[in-house]
Amino acid sequence: MRGSGGWALVLAAAFFVVSSGDAPASDPLLEQGRKIFRKCQSCHQVGVNAKHTVGPFLNDIYGRRAGTLEGYRYSRAMELAGQDGLVWSEDALSAYLEDPKSAVRGTKMNFGGLRDPDDRRAVVAFLRQFSPGAANIPETPPTAPLKNADPEVPSHILALEGDPDYGEYLSSECVTCHQADGEDKGIPSITGWPNERFVTVMHAYKSKSRDNPVMQSIAASLSDEEIAALAAYFSRTGQ
Amino acid sequence: MTGISRRHFTQGLGAVAGAGVLAGRGRAAFAQGRPKVVIIGGGAGGATAARYLAKDSEGALDITLIEPTKTYYTCFFSNLYIGGFRSFDSIGHSYATLASDYGVNVVHDWATGIDRDAKEVALASGGRVSYDRLVVAPGIDFDYDSVPGYSIEAAGMMPHAWKAGTQTALLKSKIEAMREGGTYVMVAPPNPYRCPPGPYERISMVAHHLKSTNSGAKIVILDPKEAFSKQALFMEGWEKHYPGMIEWLPKSIIGDIINVDARAGTIETDFDTFKADVANVIPAQTAGTIARDAGLANDSGYCPIEPATLRSTMDAAIHVLGDSCIAGDMPKSGFSANSQAKAAAMAIRADLLDAKAFPPRFSNTCWSLISTDNGVKVGARYEAGEDKIAKTDGFISQTGEDDEQRKATYEESLGWYAGITTDMFG
Repeated sequence: MRGSGGWALVLAAAFFVVSSGDAPASDPLLEQGRKIFRKCQSCHQVGVNAKHTVGPFLNDIYGRRAGTLEGYRYSRAMELAGQDGLVWSEDALSAYLEDPKSAVRGTKMNFGGLRDPDDRRAVVAFLRQFSPGAANIPETPPTAPLKNADPEVPSHILALEGDPDYGEYLSSECVTCHQADGEDKGIPSITGWPNERFVTVMHAYKSKSRDNPVMQSIAASLSDEEIAALAAYFSRTGQ
Repeated sequence: MTGISRRHFTQGLGAVAGAGVLAGRGRAAFAQGRPKVVIIGGGAGGATAARYLAKDSEGALDITLIEPTKTYYTCFFSNLYIGGFRSFDSIGHSYATLASDYGVNVVHDWATGIDRDAKEVALASGGRVSYDRLVVAPGIDFDYDSVPGYSIEAAGMMPHAWKAGTQTALLKSKIEAMREGGTYVMVAPPNPYRCPPGPYERISMVAHHLKSTNSGAKIVILDPKEAFSKQALFMEGWEKHYPGMIEWLPKSIIGDIINVDARAGTIETDFDTFKADVANVIPAQTAGTIARDAGLANDSGYCPIEPATLRSTMDAAIHVLGDSCIAGDMPKSGFSANSQAKAAAMAIRADLLDAKAFPPRFSNTCWSLISTDNGVKVGARYEAGEDKIAKTDGFISQTGEDDEQRKATYEESLGWYAGITTDMFG
């Protein structure tokens, strides 16, 4: 009930912004966006008094680093995407909405995606009204690519089933620097990482396409099976 | 109070041992319940060993950690306290969690001797603690005679500050009280010693402090070596951040140190006599006295070990960790000791509890701070070879790195400090 009352306000706010001159009220793109946004409304609020519900509220989303709103429990994958530099620009939002599960592997947003680029343009334009100074938002490309920028790891390596007990033993080397309780001070937390991401990142260090020499050295000393074991162990920690 | 029960227990153990049940070094029937592991020293080696033994044996081992200090001040990052980047309290750690959450019996006492035949450790308080397996991790002790005129008493006037705690605080107070335009003289240690880049990070931190508080202050390093760890990186940083402040004089210039006079504040070398307003004398080092007294060291002054298990080659019931052991290519560092402790803990559990043992994994990284947000690092990985722990590959920061890279390296070191101290103390 609270939801429906809130939505009346939200839509009023949207029209208020629209009618105040930032964009013509009759803009068919925004109208189309408002309609498409109904697909999102069961989980996301936007506008005056918007709150986190199933998903985070979407005010001021433009220019915000992914996974950083206080008071919302993001998936680990979304937090990590933000730490890797994902910032919500028009392009980034559009890419995410096209296929959320492949854009941010491990996101908990259960949405099949908007395949039609016009639909995405419309809903992204609609959301834009709820970010301040919408007209001045520069259209820069996302600072980090949505798809994993690390080299693709062959599927037979990704498919390896790691032994978490062996991973726990191997992890004793990691926790000299990476805090086991998931604290993140100067050195990234590695607890609770999705399996595939852990494997992909370690192989990126192994192939030296990521450049921290400590990690390159450690990754070089680990076999594919050992990386899988570590991934299996760390994916079970810190949840 | 535990002394009585320990003696009582020891008699029981002796009786069983006399019957030949405890012969050999593998698993055996233990006199009373759980096998007893005693650890001498609560630093990066000892505390890590205690925590991993307790954590991974899940109560199957009776673990006693003997460490005289109730608050342990880490030698690593103590230079950052001298430079004003850390508080003294921030490098102090308590053993409370090891006792409360891990069930380690933490005994704050001095271990004064090891009776290898009786398998007992004597304590300064008069008690004795018996062990089935002993971990010796006492760190370093000093060869005061390596610097003529230097002594334990002289260290009160010319601090070494190479064991963290009161010595560190003493050195900092002397630096802060140094007269305007005064001279800080370091006598650097000969190889091998604890923390190879440490003396030169200290110089950087002293320079950082003096640069803003004491105009005209000078720093002189009297070095018995011809080269040192991360030399190019330090030299580059000193020239950039502390131009004209620091003079490094290697052995080829100064020759030998003939005498130090702590009261007069002078250091006499073959080359010249240096008058110090603050003198920081870091003598040659050896394995902890208790390890040498127990016959665990060889002529080098350090303790030979089996590479994969850190087991003493002198005594199958003893493992020697960290600065006291001869760790092959691994430097003497907190990181190394922490790495070695995990290998030893695994070997001990395999022996005493038939736990699974994997090949040990050894690594080390040493971070140093040169100036604000200007960190550098050197590190390597190692494998247990036949005769020694051998380096497999390594890396080092490069000269000319940009500010962003150096800042990231410094921040990485902060993360490491938080990580390793949690790994040691829980």
